Amino acid sequence: MSDTKQYSAIDYKKFPNAEGHFGPYGGRFVSETLIHALDELESIYYSLKDDPSFQAEFDKDMAHYVGRPSPLYFAERWSRELGGAQIFLKREDLNHTGAHKVNNTIGQALLAKFTGKSRVIAETGAGQHGVASATVAARLGLKCRVYMGADDIKRQALNVYRMKLLGAEVFPVTSGSRTLKDAMNEAMRDWATNVDDTFYIIGTAAGPHPYPQLVRDFQSIIGREARQQCLTQTGKLPDALVACVGGGSNAIGLFHPFLTDTSVKMYGVEAGGLGIETGKHAAPLSVGIPGVLHGNRTYLMEDENGQIIETHSVSAGLDYPGVGPEHSWLKDIGRVNYVAINDDEALAAFRKLTLTEGIMPALESSHAVAYVEKLAPTMSKDQIIIINLSGRGDKDIHTVAALDGITI
Amino acid sequence: MSRIQARVADAKSAGKKLLVAYIVNGDPQPEVSLPTMHEMVAKGVDIIELGVPFSDPMAEGPVIQKGHERALLHHTSLTSSLELVKQFRQTNNTTPVVLMGYANPIERFGYEKFAKAAAEAGVDGLLTVDLPPEEVVVLKGALDAVGLDNIFLLAPTTTVERAQKIAEHASGFLYYVSLKGVTGAGHLDVDDVKSKLAAFGKLTDLPVCVGFGIKDPDTAKAVARLASGVVIGSVLVEKMGSLEGKPASEIAKAVGEIISGIRAAIDEV
Repeated sequence: MSDTKQYSAIDYKKFPNAEGHFGPYGGRFVSETLIHALDELESIYYSLKDDPSFQAEFDKDMAHYVGRPSPLYFAERWSRELGGAQIFLKREDLNHTGAHKVNNTIGQALLAKFTGKSRVIAETGAGQHGVASATVAARLGLKCRVYMGADDIKRQALNVYRMKLLGAEVFPVTSGSRTLKDAMNEAMRDWATNVDDTFYIIGTAAGPHPYPQLVRDFQSIIGREARQQCLTQTGKLPDALVACVGGGSNAIGLFHPFLTDTSVKMYGVEAGGLGIETGKHAAPLSVGIPGVLHGNRTYLMEDENGQIIETHSVSAGLDYPGVGPEHSWLKDIGRVNYVAINDDEALAAFRKLTLTEGIMPALESSHAVAYVEKLAPTMSKDQIIIINLSGRGDKDIHTVAALDGITI
Repeated sequence: MSRIQARVADAKSAGKKLLVAYIVNGDPQPEVSLPTMHEMVAKGVDIIELGVPFSDPMAEGPVIQKGHERALLHHTSLTSSLELVKQFRQTNNTTPVVLMGYANPIERFGYEKFAKAAAEAGVDGLLTVDLPPEEVVVLKGALDAVGLDNIFLLAPTTTVERAQKIAEHASGFLYYVSLKGVTGAGHLDVDDVKSKLAAFGKLTDLPVCVGFGIKDPDTAKAVARLASGVVIGSVLVEKMGSLEGKPASEIAKAVGEIISGIRAAIDEV
């Protein structure tokens, strides 16, 4: 492909640029009331990110608190059944708190600590980021409020209770569509009001600059480990990477360290919901158009008047009408392929992986698993796929049971 | 001279403070907006800020959020907002109208196309909450080309250096957000407003109007002493929401009564 040269010529580490842009995406589309807080965050992050003592503290927490490195597990039985590529699972589900989210909350909590803020806030969809935020807040003795859509609170009761046990206040958001996007609006409003003592821990690689960059940087530990593990365990680089994309933090974390490895194909899997053709999905990169929401320019799901439309996915963590701006850029330049998997396919994959490997994936990660069921058979047995198994499925058992007509 | 410049000059020569008032187009129902705009003018509003509803109004407090939600239930859009201004202009060619909203509906409409349509409809300026100077470049070019004013916010956390940059981009007037947070929040600290305005006032010849948190005539009066004008919004939107479903004339009258009180208070300054 002629594009290969073009990819290798890009120095991905130079993005975002000084204004926080990835090509036409990203930036800082916020009210003046938030600019100062973002300037402050940017300057603190830039002064700390290459500071060896900051990095050492991050690495120490990753090893002893999170339990990293997470294994790169060869799913031998499943690979054999699919009859194509050899499939490896990057086991982020084994992290403390059960998902990749904690990599980022540890990083941002360290920033909060360095800035001397006494209170943290977060938004959450599935509750994984809320739990990860409540966890680091408990550990550092910070007050914590988590904004969560009222509808998500209902479908993620387990995580809501976990957050409460961890000492966080879970604040139900009843505005708009009562899901993740509205929780993010509310968290932004809180931050604008309480900016003096509050640090906003954004859970995905979206939002105003510098959030997409710093979340990516903290999550890139996934891809750095996976790259090294793959080389050590198989003697070569993978041929394909697959990760689910809601806001896109687990995907960018896996992809970013491989972007210059032009032989590695990448697939970001969006939530196809009831099917792209029904309009009830959460797949802005598949069928959306660029616009401005939550502080950045990116692909969005919106109507002809530019109003953001409600999304649908069986997985609360993917139920978001936007996506991190770096993904929008990677789509446009053709470096990453974005595809969609619908609810039924994801649920089938959830069961398949559970029965075949004894690993129960989160419904979010099940979208990536489902895509691999299609991709692997098209590849040869000497090829390698790495899936980011971004979270574990315990939190989704109530959802799955309900679909089976069982109340737990 | 633009309508905004003319109104600012008139107020200055009459020794009066500017009263800027905000309602959401289509809130609580579409037929209310036009008679309310005329009533606002009749009771002493100098500049109308017409809110264009957005699904995700990130900088608004709960009162104005609900106003946006009510308006969106009636499918109010940027297009229908331009249509409303056109109707307003049929009988009023002097009161400035500023559209206040968020970037995405404008981005979807197309910046250049929007600027032309807005100028044709009789819009005078635009305040796009989530387009700070760093991101406004393309839209600003389009607005400049048709002579529309670009109104910017200044916040308590805005540094003097940054305020200088904002003032260079701005035209019409500047809008000082009197407190940290969202529209309709808390109670503002008059001393805090005073010290900030003193610093910002030196940077520009443009009038600086103060808003967010002005809920009653006393606060309006205290703020009017310090600034070129005051902006009210949540207090009107709250009243309008409470009268949802009532006849347009009744809602317009209720808005007019609040404005009369504020107008009288700031005219005492």
